[in-house]
Amino acid sequence: MCIDCGCGPHPHQHPAGHHHHEHRTLRVEEDLLAKNDRLAAANRQLFRQQGVFVLNLVSSPGSGKTSILERTLTDLRGRFRFAVLEGDQQTSNDAERIAATGVPVRQINTGAGCHLDAHMVGHGAEAFDLAASDALLIENVGNLVCPAAFDLGEDHKVAVLSVTEGEDKPLKYPAMFRAAELVLINKSDLLPYLRFDLEKCKAFARQVNPRLRIIELSCMSGAGMEEWYDWLAAGIDNKRMRKG
Amino acid sequence: MHEVGITQSIIEIAERHARAQGASRVLSVTVAIGELSGVVADSVDFCFEACARGTFIEGARLIIDAIAGRGRCGDCRAEVALDPYTFACPACGGFALERLQGEELRITELEVE
Repeated sequence: MCIDCGCGPHPHQHPAGHHHHEHRTLRVEEDLLAKNDRLAAANRQLFRQQGVFVLNLVSSPGSGKTSILERTLTDLRGRFRFAVLEGDQQTSNDAERIAATGVPVRQINTGAGCHLDAHMVGHGAEAFDLAASDALLIENVGNLVCPAAFDLGEDHKVAVLSVTEGEDKPLKYPAMFRAAELVLINKSDLLPYLRFDLEKCKAFARQVNPRLRIIELSCMSGAGMEEWYDWLAAGIDNKRMRKG
Repeated sequence: MHEVGITQSIIEIAERHARAQGASRVLSVTVAIGELSGVVADSVDFCFEACARGTFIEGARLIIDAIAGRGRCGDCRAEVALDPYTFACPACGGFALERLQGEELRITELEVE
């Protein structure tokens, strides 16, 4: 039985109380995401104690989250110690790609579920020696809707948007772009072949979230990757200083 | 799609409170769902009956209080109505809208016997 979340083989055994039959109204006032938020707070506390910088990467399927991770983990090998949680409905294909870089990785399959939640991440992180990690990168299920509502205990959500998608995605899925701290506009090497209006996309993203940081990059050509690494390194340093 | 998970938390929370108060049956569950919460009230309503089947809450009525979105503009200070796709202040066109109301997502009341 897990102390934090109460999960275990028999979570629903309750003592039989005596019953009253009169009609009563009970005031409850409990947040529907309270359980997730409580587990996310426990995750966040653990990550702070261990000084691990945690990112929750969100996007639609196919934006290049896993490819960005592969390149990042390879380029920053020896500079930082990473761990990766991979969320997908099914298959361990992404975890195998990450494992090939030599970084510790664990796959979480959500099955019918459309997002990762704090419970899955809390247990997923048990696979790693967090004290020996600088950053935990969580790749959420490819979905621009549901993951916005579920805090995992991360420092920041990073939204990935690729230029093969519409430039109006931030307007269509505003909740995610509001929740994000940083947007990576990926596949910039394809811009010459597309009608994607980069400036318009950035303007839309800033309409939804005026504080948003935006980095354009291509994990194929490597353009813009240094700016992303600088942002990541600053986050890791900052988290390490606030450890405890 | 995540409305199923949200509906399951409604059932879990309602069951916990009803049992703690010694209730034998739950007649209704009232929830507040804000227009800006990202949760579609109709979908919660749609899956409530199926999710409640076989639980302590089976047979209870779900009452949804829909809460309209409201915000204040950081530029002109006007208080305005917001829907999830309002990004610019309807009064001055600025983008510094602060949300005041409409992100609610909570269970408020249970009717039990």
